[in-house]
Amino acid sequence: MSAALTWIWKALGDLIDGPLRSLQKHIGAHRMAYVFLAPNLIIFGLFSFWPMLLNFYIAFTGGQSVILAERPLIGVENFRELLACPSYLDPRTCPVAGYSFWTGLWNTLFFALVQVPIMVVVALVTALILNRNIRGRGFWRAVYFYPVMLSPVVVAVIWDWILKRRGILNALLDDMVSGWNDLARSGVWFEIGLGLILLLPLLPVTRALLARIASPHRLRLSHGLAVGLAILLSTWLARSGGLVLPDYRPVNWLIDQRAGWPMFWVIFVYTWGHLGFYMLILLAGLQAIPRDLYEAAEMDGTSRFRSFWRITLPLLMPTMVVVLVLSLIRAFQVFDEVYVLTGGGPGQATKMIIQHIYESAFIGDAKRYGIAAASSVLVAGLLMVLTLVQLLVTRRRAGG
Amino acid sequence: MTSHIRKAGLLALGVSTSVLAMSAAASAQTVNLRYLCYADANECEVSRELLDRFEKANPAIKVTLDKVGFAVIREQLETRLQGGEAPDMARVTNLGGLNKYYLDLSPYIKAADWETNFATTLPWMRVGKDDKGIYGFMTQITVTGPFVNKTMFDQTGVKMPGAGATWDDWAKATAEVQKKGKVYAGMVMDRSGHRLAGMSISMGAKYFDANGLPSAVVDDGFKATSERMVQWHKDGLMPQDVWPGASGAKWKNAGDMFINGDVVMHIAGSWMIQKYEADIKDKFEWVVPPQPCGPAACSAMPGGAAMVAFKSTKHPKEVAQVMEFMASEPVLKEYYERTVQIPAHKGLAAKGLNYGSGVGAPTQAALKQFTADFAKISPVAHQLQGYQRNVAIFNATVNYVAQAITGTLTLPQAYAKIQEEIDNAVKK
Repeated sequence: MSAALTWIWKALGDLIDGPLRSLQKHIGAHRMAYVFLAPNLIIFGLFSFWPMLLNFYIAFTGGQSVILAERPLIGVENFRELLACPSYLDPRTCPVAGYSFWTGLWNTLFFALVQVPIMVVVALVTALILNRNIRGRGFWRAVYFYPVMLSPVVVAVIWDWILKRRGILNALLDDMVSGWNDLARSGVWFEIGLGLILLLPLLPVTRALLARIASPHRLRLSHGLAVGLAILLSTWLARSGGLVLPDYRPVNWLIDQRAGWPMFWVIFVYTWGHLGFYMLILLAGLQAIPRDLYEAAEMDGTSRFRSFWRITLPLLMPTMVVVLVLSLIRAFQVFDEVYVLTGGGPGQATKMIIQHIYESAFIGDAKRYGIAAASSVLVAGLLMVLTLVQLLVTRRRAGG
Repeated sequence: MTSHIRKAGLLALGVSTSVLAMSAAASAQTVNLRYLCYADANECEVSRELLDRFEKANPAIKVTLDKVGFAVIREQLETRLQGGEAPDMARVTNLGGLNKYYLDLSPYIKAADWETNFATTLPWMRVGKDDKGIYGFMTQITVTGPFVNKTMFDQTGVKMPGAGATWDDWAKATAEVQKKGKVYAGMVMDRSGHRLAGMSISMGAKYFDANGLPSAVVDDGFKATSERMVQWHKDGLMPQDVWPGASGAKWKNAGDMFINGDVVMHIAGSWMIQKYEADIKDKFEWVVPPQPCGPAACSAMPGGAAMVAFKSTKHPKEVAQVMEFMASEPVLKEYYERTVQIPAHKGLAAKGLNYGSGVGAPTQAALKQFTADFAKISPVAHQLQGYQRNVAIFNATVNYVAQAITGTLTLPQAYAKIQEEIDNAVKK
């Protein structure tokens, strides 16, 4: 079997060897690289570069048809509509297209500025922990990576079950509050338990209070005082109902705007869903750092923190730059999870730029493909500038 | 011997060739059609069974029914139509908006019968006075309106408002039930500009100017409605889960809140009857009261879904054959009865439908109430339903009134944006 496979492999090699050699003769050895790159370039060109070009063209056209021939060229009209704003900082002053665009853009910028540092730090900490020889390391690595394999919609639906008003989180909190209240009303056993707990801080306090009394019974006195106070306090607290919590009112975690919960949970869920990917990249970076550097540092008596600061972080910096750039780009592309979780609400609180693009193009009576394409071009431009700035800053810091 | 074998071989070859040729010809003659269907309850399943019967009677036509979510019809169908990837038929709600893609069935069907039986609703699919095309038929007529949890009223001892009660009367009564019964919310309305329109028209909204254009949608009637929506959310009478719970024109159904007993009154429409019948059962008693009134009317919004054909089809004759079958009186009677719909067919409406013993008393009463409400619908509501760009009006109102509710915009800012968005859509 293996001999047959070897023979087939060799025959295939012989078959393409001749044509490749003759091609090399014609175009020269230095151009052969392009021949090998061609298949990938063709696929990239067809499915990435060509749609990008089409998008760029559509940004300068009007009408509602998706057929290019039916879309009249209107110059920069779409860009003008998006940018005609008295104040970019207050999107409410903009016409409707600009209002939606700038709201989405500011929300996305806020999301990226908060979420990217959190993601990088949490991914780094997780990678550092999982790089150590802990028990069940393989299992934990799989656990952290598992959400990455799930579809973003599945991630959002799972968290929707947890966070909605009648969801698991509210049910748990409700159970905890009613459980505690049942305990607080349970009578003498609760009082004894509470008294014992109160005794722990009261003992040193009474001992300190009676420290100046010169009596051979000082210790007994202080202990007696602590016990007495503990009984008094626990009886009073338990019987006055001071420890009974008010009934739990379920929180609309994805809608209640008062404490910024919707944006908090959007950031949390997105970080949970994507953490594993960046953790894996950082883990690979950590494993590439030579062990002998740490051994040398250890022999010199260097502290762990200093080792991390002077060895791990500088050597991990190229990987960190990759993680930073990737997470920034992907933060700007956030859509699926947010759209399923909050629908961009409440109001416009979690409406991201991709939702604006999607809704302009596909939702509603008037399909505004031109506005959607122009928005994409503007976001792509912004993203390129941000990435360049990020690369320049990190390169300068690294002394490159 | 050899010649016998040769002869037998030749015979076998001939027979198999002709069998292959015949089956190829047969498969070439079979016309495959696609029907894109969404459902509120069992509409697509019933359609499938009826289509099976059609296929049995017409073996040369095969209809594939693709059941999809409403969002696919709402958000993706038009793009597919533009891209030439459309199905042959679909069940749609944007009746006038998709007009330019419709196939005129008139040459292939008994047009006079259709004109007689679907006289009220055929114009909903037409655009302009000169448009006389027949593009499809209503698979259901819907009427917006409230569903009320009667058990909650009984338990709290609050008197349920009767016929002629205003929206404010209902707000007061449901707030009382909410307070006494410790219910999560008093009233909830689906997140939809269509649902809002019925209340607005009752409050006096006109939606159109003298030329029939939506140039001044935000009038006193519309403002009175929007102010109430904002206030009712602020007071906690309406829950934060629905209107504030999304952005843009995203549609949200509040039916689950009513089923779970989280709300006293759900403002939805007749299409929810069957779901409530199936899901609520005897958990509580629900009723459909007469339409709440405003100073101008006690109007609902008409609506519904139509089965339409598209002109991009390669088989218009066969498509018309399917449509004629589905719209025929006995088939449509069975469809309306099994899906528990208000009939859009004049003949069937006159004869009456027998929804069967399986349909409970609340459903029968609800159907009776919605049918009575349909007769009292304001002409403004019919005009709005038949307007080609009504989706633009519905989307703009839901988007910006919701933002006024959350405090993202003030009401005057929301009014300005509603009109601006509608003007943009009308211009395009």
